Amino acid sequence: MLAIYLKEVKSYFYSPIAYVMIGLFIVLTSIFFVPNLTYRSGDFNGNLSSMSYILIFLVPILTMRIIAEDRKNGTDVLLITSPVKLTNIVLGKYFAAFTVFMVIVVISLIYPVVLIAFGGQFTAKLVGGYLGYILLGGAFISVGVFASSITENQIIAAIVSFVGLLIMWIADGIAGLIGGLTAKVLGWFSLLSRYEDFSNGILGIGPIIYYLSFISLFLFITAMMIEKRRWSQG
Amino acid sequence: MIEIQNLTKKYGQIKAVDNVSFTVNKGEILGFLGPNGAGKSTTMNILTGYIPATDGKAMVSGFDVMSQPLEVKKRIGYMPEHPPVYMDMTVTDYLNFVGDLKKVDKKQKKSQISDIMELVKITDVRGRLINNLSKGYKQRVGLAQALLGSPEVLVLDEPTVGLDPKQIIEIRKLIKALGKEHTIILSSHILPEVSAVCERVVIINNGKIAAVDTPEELAKNFGSASRLLVTVVGPKSSIADKMREIYGIKLVEPNMEKEKDVVSYIVESDTDIDVRKPLFFAMAKLGYPIIEMKSMDMTLEDIFLQLVTEEKEVG
Repeated sequence: MLAIYLKEVKSYFYSPIAYVMIGLFIVLTSIFFVPNLTYRSGDFNGNLSSMSYILIFLVPILTMRIIAEDRKNGTDVLLITSPVKLTNIVLGKYFAAFTVFMVIVVISLIYPVVLIAFGGQFTAKLVGGYLGYILLGGAFISVGVFASSITENQIIAAIVSFVGLLIMWIADGIAGLIGGLTAKVLGWFSLLSRYEDFSNGILGIGPIIYYLSFISLFLFITAMMIEKRRWSQG
Repeated sequence: MIEIQNLTKKYGQIKAVDNVSFTVNKGEILGFLGPNGAGKSTTMNILTGYIPATDGKAMVSGFDVMSQPLEVKKRIGYMPEHPPVYMDMTVTDYLNFVGDLKKVDKKQKKSQISDIMELVKITDVRGRLINNLSKGYKQRVGLAQALLGSPEVLVLDEPTVGLDPKQIIEIRKLIKALGKEHTIILSSHILPEVSAVCERVVIINNGKIAAVDTPEELAKNFGSASRLLVTVVGPKSSIADKMREIYGIKLVEPNMEKEKDVVSYIVESDTDIDVRKPLFFAMAKLGYPIIEMKSMDMTLEDIFLQLVTEEKEVG
């Protein structure tokens, strides 16, 4: 797992992907940060909320190649025939993408640091907000990794994860419109509703477990997907 | 060492591999011969644990690839048809990664990698991106990858495909040398390659095994007649008849008339009778000079074609 993890992290930073994403992220979050300065608002949780929108299109770019590329280039043969468990292959790849995300999170810490330095409050709400943001990002990435496992075409992987994340993001809204069982199922995948607690500073064990199980579920079906393809291909 | 028992792989109704069984002994180089799409790669993919079989067993050192895949994978170095290399890595980085993947001991890894690079002659390009390497070098990197971790078994799927003649000879030599320490399964659709490198040959066609034997035995068993190509100056009609009179000659077939009265014939005779001398004297007596005579050995190619066509006639 470690070998795959290190290789994937390296390959993110050897290619322009990581830098483009980090750059894009900084530009957008800086724009979101302008109102904090002009209106002298010390509250950063609003920013975290808008930052999570960025993830909807940033994560698909981050994860689109992670499994699809191996399949396209035939390097999946190497991984699958090496003495490494399938779960560890998926986990190694997942954590590599997660690491790039964490780099982004760490960079974004500069905003609250600036706020606190100029009189803002270091609050539990902020810590909760960040924790929620990290869990949310982790959940997004698991969806992206899964999308990358269903195709060898990176563009399709990106589109599928983008649409998937979008649907999960607005699941509550849709559920409200339809109602019934469909609404209930949609509710299970509503990432946003669990996130609200965090941004309000409520640190419940429930949402944490929810996100962790969500991630496990998607990584599990990713492994299943790869396993299924082993059975069907020549 | 390697045991394949009744291996079957179905895709819907199509059987890519149909009830294939064979064994490979320790230290042996086994050639896996067949036309494209015969099921060679599928069998290798099953043996290495890349894809599962529909039915049957593949075992390495007593471990079943279905129930104990990790034990099998530890013991196999696999070089698939397309070298599984990462284009954006340098050769050294790539081999380091594969070494970690195969859990090669940290202390040994460095020396092992440099030994292997020396062996497959890629030391010169170790710092280059794999993407910028020629096909031949990529192929060697693929081979180097398979050798890492010194596995007991090497599975090489068409290792010389896409190489130039000089490289092909080098790689064949290398494989022969590797055969001293490893058990090797090598697939190919190039017949001279198999007869040059392998001790035993499995011929596979349409997913089924058509024959298993040493290249020499195959030539003996399937070549029921030896053939000569003889070019004689003289009238076409009478020469063929005269030839047929010679003891041991079974069949004379005029092949082509090169110039007027210069005709080449294919002469088939029993394998245990050498008809070359009587043929020479008979023609000399008649005053028809033989200007060319060469034996046309039954090649693996002929045997192979024969096997394939025979099977069609049966079916």
